[in-house]
Order: sequence, then structure tokens, then C-alpha cells
Amino acid sequence: MSAPAVELVNVSKRYGEVHALDDVTLAIQPGEVVAMLGPNGAGKTTSISLMLGMRNPTFGTARLFGMDPKDLRARSRIGVMLQESGVPGMLRVEEIVDLFRSYYPAPLSRSEAIQMAGLEAKAHSLVKDLSGGQHQRLYLALAVCGNPDALFLDEPTVGMDVEGRRRFLEEIGELAAKGRTVVLTTHYLEEADQLAKRIIVINHGRVIADSSPAAIKARVAGKRITFSTTAPPEESQLAGLRLSSRQIEDHRVRLLTNEPEEVLRELFRRGVEIQNLEVAGADLEEAFLAMTHHDVAP
Amino acid sequence: MSAVAALNVTASIAPMLARQSYAEFVKLFRVPAFSVTSIVLPSMFYAFIGLGQASEPLYPGSSVTFGAYFLASMALYGVANVMVLGFGISLANERGQKQDLLMKSTPLPAPVFFTAKAASALAIALISIIVLGLFAAVVAGVQLSASQWLTLGWRAMLCSIPFIGLGFALGYLAGPNSAPAVTNLIYLPTAFASGLFFPLRLLPHFLQQIAPYLPLYRAAQLVWDSVGARTEGGSITTDWFYMGAYAVAFFLIALWAYRRDQGRKFN
Repeated sequence: MSAPAVELVNVSKRYGEVHALDDVTLAIQPGEVVAMLGPNGAGKTTSISLMLGMRNPTFGTARLFGMDPKDLRARSRIGVMLQESGVPGMLRVEEIVDLFRSYYPAPLSRSEAIQMAGLEAKAHSLVKDLSGGQHQRLYLALAVCGNPDALFLDEPTVGMDVEGRRRFLEEIGELAAKGRTVVLTTHYLEEADQLAKRIIVINHGRVIADSSPAAIKARVAGKRITFSTTAPPEESQLAGLRLSSRQIEDHRVRLLTNEPEEVLRELFRRGVEIQNLEVAGADLEEAFLAMTHHDVAP
Repeated sequence: MSAVAALNVTASIAPMLARQSYAEFVKLFRVPAFSVTSIVLPSMFYAFIGLGQASEPLYPGSSVTFGAYFLASMALYGVANVMVLGFGISLANERGQKQDLLMKSTPLPAPVFFTAKAASALAIALISIIVLGLFAAVVAGVQLSASQWLTLGWRAMLCSIPFIGLGFALGYLAGPNSAPAVTNLIYLPTAFASGLFFPLRLLPHFLQQIAPYLPLYRAAQLVWDSVGARTEGGSITTDWFYMGAYAVAFFLIALWAYRRDQGRKFN
């Protein structure tokens, strides 16, 4: 029986008065591809930092391959892409890839790592001359160059263009197919839907859902009603409607409900101005919004 | 787990240290603001201040030439400059750009990282001494015996070690924006007050009172001694003792500053 790739046991993390994570327990088995979803400040990045041993839990235990995450033997088995981390601008791409390769016991060859990140044409360039998207790809090269068993990707596709993102997701999909454990945090729900077999939704430092993308979508069976208005509807006009979530941004209204016909009939009856009406099945994004919004205002 | 796999759970230290040292060296070397000032500045000062009076006696009746005195001074100025300024500023910049974040997630042991940084700075310090030595010998015609050249070289290099600690401390205490100003404010006046640019006896009385307590002054006695230009009666054993004490003190401050920084970011 091999140890889980990642284990958090009753982990809480406080920054002073702020409770970033609150009694989180989860295990990720080798070979799993897991997406962590949640709004900004929900605790995704904190979770990753604790899994990697970059921060210490206030309470509870974090383990990486059954070891203390700070153990260099555990660190030698992982590759990491972090938000907002920097790399030395005055090194060439091939130099920094070689540098990172030297940290790991059984690394990929330099050309393999550079090729996986699609940076062949930039191998001789100085890091400071790379574009934002190329920077992200360099981080991918540095994450995979140690030939890791597990990859941790914190918001990996931020700053990439559409084509870069597509290619990136393909690469991650291939790594996952080869049995690598992948843990990624993302804002892009379609990314999670496309890559992950398991989604962990975090809000206010707690795990509020942990299941397959399909199961998460099923949790919010129902329809999404979207329309625009010249004046946002008043509170009294929405009172008593059977909605599982609602979002009103300026002149755009999004409602989620299991009884769209009844809700629409009531809206018309109450004289709410409705333009550009759309009714569609809820997707993962709706499910996610419904869950997190529900959590904010029960 | 098989025996072979057990041997290979972490990477070997020696190749890692070699790669890291090379990377740290080119990182410093490719920044002209650092490499040019570190390597060329001591020779430039020598050209401006030392060249005109290189063969004159240090003071009336002295057997030591101003050229030899100033060569030793600038050798020390150069190596300490690499450690304090280059080091402190580059470390502060790297922290400002959050380069420490990704490194922290890798299996690179912190001692390897620091050893590589120190080794790369020592290499640049050595280059600065060699360039200055060539300039002084060829252009200014300074004549020293082979053993004097060697003694000057190794003493200057050894004296730079406490300043590695000081550079580390400044790198972790100063922010990326304030680092250049803070380090210059500390380093330049100290170099002046230690008698590196003009013999101490020409400086104001209050500076002469302060000087013996400055680390650069103690280091200066050691390098001046190597070319027979010592300005103080004490023994080199005392000077080495002081250097050792400064090294311990600066490295302890650096360690404290490092832990403080790590505690803020990674706790």
C-alpha cells in the first residue's frame, strides 16, 4: 500500500486573526488529477502552500508521499508552478532548466523539458526577454524537468493566450495519462471540467464539495435564467421566488432555479422589465456559483 | 523499495553546487551595473587618485610608496564592495522579485544556495583583484615581490569573508528599492573613514578616533601590512582576531535576518 500523494489531516491555518483554512481533511492518491476551485481568498493557495511545506499548519498535519512536506526526499518527487513567483532574468532558458534539473535525482533531459513547454525557439534567450505567456511555459518546463511523480499547479494558465492555454492543457492531460498526480487550482472552470476527475471546492477555508465534475453539476440540477434590464429589479420584486442563487451586476441578472417556468411567470406578473432573455441548463460555473453564494448567505 | 532507488531519492550535492555556483556567477556577471562597478571601479579609482603619485612616499620619510599603499587599499575596497554592495543589492532584488518563492519549493538545500552565492561573489572579487593588480603593475609600475603580491591577494580575499555576512544581512534587511541607498550610505563613508582613500593621519581627528573599531580598518591593516604600508603599531594576530569576531557577528546578524524573512513568508 503506497502512501497518498497528498494528505491534509485536520489542517487549520491562521494568519493572525484570519482563518485561511479551517479543519480541512483530504487525501489525494497517486495518479489522481484534482482541481481545487474557489473564489479569491477561499484558501486554495494556502492549501497548496501547506501541501508543499512552504507554510506550516497552525493545527493538524500535512504529508507529502507519507513524509513531512519539507523532507527533501518528498520535494524531490514533485514539480511546482506557483503564482507570482519570479525567476532570475539574467539566465538563459536552457541554463535555468539545467539548474533546476540538477536539483532532482532522475531528471528529464534538457531538450525533453524544453520541448514539453514548447520553448525550443527560446532556449537561448534570456529569461527577462520572454513574454508573459512564455514565462508561464518556462515555469512548466521547470515544474516537469525533475520528472516528478506529482505536479502542483497554482493558477497555471494565467497570462496565457488561447492557443497557449490549449497546448498547456494538452500537456498536463498527457502527464496525467502517464500516471502523474496533478493538483491544480484555477479560476477557469472549464479547465477543471476538462482535466480533472475530481473537484474540490473550497470557500471560506472549508471544503464545501469534493466529488466528480458530473456529481458537482448534478448538485445543482436546474436552469439558468439570464436577462438584462434598464433598472435593476428591486428586492421586493424577487422576494419569495424559488431561486438557488442570484447574481445582479448592474443591468445583468442571473438566476438559478429548479422551476424556471414558475419563476418567469412570476417575474412577468410582477412587471420586472426583461430584455435579452436566455434560459439554459446550469453548467459547472453555475453549480460553483450556487454553492459558493449559498455558503456566503445561507 | 530497491537499494538502487533508495540511493537516488535525492540529487547529489556536488553537481547541484556546481550548477548553482555557475548560475549565481553569470547572474551577477551579466548585470553590467554590478560587474563593471565591481571589476573596473577599483582600477578607475587607482587611475584617478593613485596614478599621479604612485612613486611618491606615502608620507615624508616613508619607505613605502603611495602606489603600494593605494594598491592594497583598492584591492580591499574592491572585494568588500563585491560582498556588501553587489551581494546585498542583488539579494534584496531577488527577494523583491519573489525568486525565493519557487526555489523554496524545490529540493535545493539552503546551505547549497548560500555556498553557491558566496562562491560566485568570491570569484568576482578575485577577478577584481587580478584586474587591479595588472593595472597597478603595468600602468602604474608598482613593484612588489612575488610573495608580497601573493600575500596581498590571499589576505584581501580572506578579509572579504566577514563582508559576505554583512552583504547577506543587508540583502535580507533592506528592501529592493532602499538597498542601493542603504548599502552605499554605509559602505562609502566607512571605506573613507577607514583610511582606504587617504592615509588616516590626513583625516579629521574624530575619524581617527573611530577608525580602529571599523571592520574595514582592521582589514586594511592586514592588506597594508602585506605591502609594508601598515599605519598602526598593533600585530596582525590582533587584526585577524578582530576579523574573526566581525565575521561571527555579521553572520549571526545575517542568520537572524534570514530567519526573520523566512518566518514572514513561509510560516
